Amino acid sequence: MGAKRIGKQTWKPEHPPVIISAAAVVGPFEGQGPFKDYFDHIYTDIMAGERSFEAAEKEMLLNACFTCLNKANRTPQDMDFFLAGDILNQTISSSFSALELRIPFFGIYGACSTSAEGLALAAMLVDGGFASFVLAGTSSHNASAERQYRYPTEYGFSRKPHVQWTVTGAGAALVARDGEGPRITFLTVGKVQDFGIKDPLNLGAAMAPAAVDTMVRHFADTGNGPEYYDLIVTGDLGKFGHSLAVKMAVSNGGFDLSKNYQDCGLMLYDTRKQDVHAGGSGCAASATVTYGYLYRKLMDGELKRVLLVATGALHSPVTCFQGNNIPGIAHAVSLEMI
Amino acid sequence: MEWQMYIFAFLVGGAISMLGQLILDFTNFTPGHVLTGFVVAGGILGGLGVYPKLVEFAGAGATMPISSFGNALVQGAISEAERTGVIGVLTGMFELTSTGITAAIVFGFLIAVIFNPKG
Amino acid sequence: MARDPKRKPLTVDQKRYTEMVRDLVPRPPYLRNSLLAFLFGGLVAIIGQFFTDIYRITMNMSVKEAGNPAVATMIFIGALLTGLGVFDKIARYAGAGLVVPVTGFANSVVSSALEFKREGLVFGIGSKMFILAGSVITFGVVTAFFVGLIYALFVF
Repeated sequence: MGAKRIGKQTWKPEHPPVIISAAAVVGPFEGQGPFKDYFDHIYTDIMAGERSFEAAEKEMLLNACFTCLNKANRTPQDMDFFLAGDILNQTISSSFSALELRIPFFGIYGACSTSAEGLALAAMLVDGGFASFVLAGTSSHNASAERQYRYPTEYGFSRKPHVQWTVTGAGAALVARDGEGPRITFLTVGKVQDFGIKDPLNLGAAMAPAAVDTMVRHFADTGNGPEYYDLIVTGDLGKFGHSLAVKMAVSNGGFDLSKNYQDCGLMLYDTRKQDVHAGGSGCAASATVTYGYLYRKLMDGELKRVLLVATGALHSPVTCFQGNNIPGIAHAVSLEMI
Repeated sequence: MEWQMYIFAFLVGGAISMLGQLILDFTNFTPGHVLTGFVVAGGILGGLGVYPKLVEFAGAGATMPISSFGNALVQGAISEAERTGVIGVLTGMFELTSTGITAAIVFGFLIAVIFNPKG
Repeated sequence: MARDPKRKPLTVDQKRYTEMVRDLVPRPPYLRNSLLAFLFGGLVAIIGQFFTDIYRITMNMSVKEAGNPAVATMIFIGALLTGLGVFDKIARYAGAGLVVPVTGFANSVVSSALEFKREGLVFGIGSKMFILAGSVITFGVVTAFFVGLIYALFVF
C-alpha cells in the first residue's frame, strides 16, 4: 500500500496540487445554455472553420489548451506533461493536438470520465515530484461522436426521452505544484462496473452504478460524507441517470445526495428550452462545466469544496452489436479552496 | 382516380407509419430493424397476394411505405418466373424496383457531392 | 444480431438493476408520437398519390406504371431535404411518419453518403452509401427470392 493511499481506492496528495488555470470552449448550441458567460470561447459554427467534424474537435481541444496556458502566462515549453483523451477512435483528437503542442504526451482513455482521469493523473505526477506543470485536456464533438457511435448526423429518427446529447466542446486545466486556485485534495479511482445494461442509447443507466460505487467508496475512504461538499457533480448521467444515482446512493451506502448533487450534463443546458432529451453527455460535459463554470465559482469563493465524479461508458459500436453489456467507470476528484 | 383515393392513401399510409412508430416506442428495435422487418413483411404479403390488393385500394398509401419495396421485389420475381420459370426469379427480381434503387443511388451520390453534412 | 452463446448470464445484482432501469426508464409520449407518425405518414402518401396522378395524366401511364416515377420523386424529395439538413429536424417530430415511407429509405442512403464524404469518393460516398439501407435491400431480396422460388416451383 502506497504511503499516500487512504482507504481502499482513494489517494491523498501530500502537498495538494493546484489547478492554476482552466479553460473551456464550446459549440454554438452549448453557447445558448445557462453557462454561456462562463466559457472562454463559443464557436459560431460546429465546423469551427475546419473541413470535417473531427478536425473541428481537434481545433477546439487545441484552442482550450492554448487558452488555458495563456491565462496562466505559460508556454507549452514550460509544461512537463500533456495528458489528454477523447471519445473518438484511437483518441485521435488528443494525439493530433499533442502533435501541435509539442509537450511530452500521455494519451488517456476513460470515455467520458477522461476529465477526472486527467486531473487525477496530473495530481499524481505533480505530487509525486515528476512534474511541476501538467496540462490535462479533453474534448468531444456532437457530430463526430454521433457518426461514430450512432448514426450519420443527417439521419432522421425520433429520439427516446432517455437519449442524451453529446456535448460539443473542449476543456483544459493546468495543474501545478504551487499557485492560486482550487487544490486537488483527494482522488478516488473507480473500478469498472457492469450492471447488465445493453442499450447504447441509455448510457446514463449504464454509468450510474459506477458513479455511485465511486462516490460511496470516496465517502467511506475519506470519512467525509456528501455534506462535506458544497456541490457534488457527476459527469454526464443525464436526467434519468441522475435519478438512478440518487436512488442507488441511498440503497448502496445510505447516503442522501438529494441536497447538493447535480449532473454536468443537466447543468449545461436549459432542458426546458433546448431539445437535448435527457441532457448532455461526452467528455466535454464534465470538462466544460468544471473548467468553465465550477472553476470560476471556486475562484470567486462561491463554492469552497466540489467533488467531481466524471463518469464514462466503456463501449464501442462493435461490442454493442456483438451483444456485450456496457460497463461504466467513474473517477472522483475533490477540488477545495484552501 | 377520384378524390376518395386520397383519403384511403392518407389512412393506409398513416396507419403503416403509425405501426412503425408504435414498434419503435414500445420495443428496443432501431429504425433499421423496423424498416428491414417492414420490407420482409411486405415481401411475404406480396407473395400471398394481399399487398397488391392493398395497393389497388389505397394507391400511394401502400406504395409509399417501404413495405412496398418488398412487395415490388416479389412481384418482379413472380411475374418473370411465370414467363421463364425458376430462372425468372433471378432475372426479374429488380424489374419493378430498379427505379427506386437507381433513384436512391443517383440522387444520393449527387446530393453527397453537392451538399455537406450540417451536424 | 449474432449473440455469443458462451456469454455469462446476468448476476443477481445485474438482474435487479436492469429490472429497476426497465421499470423507471422515462416513457416516450406514445400518443403524441403515434399521432404525429400517422399524420406525416399519411401526408407523404397523399403527396405520393398526387405525383402518381400527375404522371398518370400527363404521361398517359397506367396506375401501375405511374407508381414508379412517383416513388422516384419522393426519393428525390427525401434526398434533397436530407442534403439541406432539414430531414433530421422534421423526423425528430414526425418519427416513423417520415422513416417508414421511401423518404426514410432515401434519407438513410443520402445521410450515409453525406457523412462519409470526407473520406473520399470511393471509400467514403461509394462504399458507405448503403451502411444503413443495405440491410433493407438484402433482406428484401432474400425474402423475394424465396417467395419467388416457392411460386416458381409449387404454384405454377
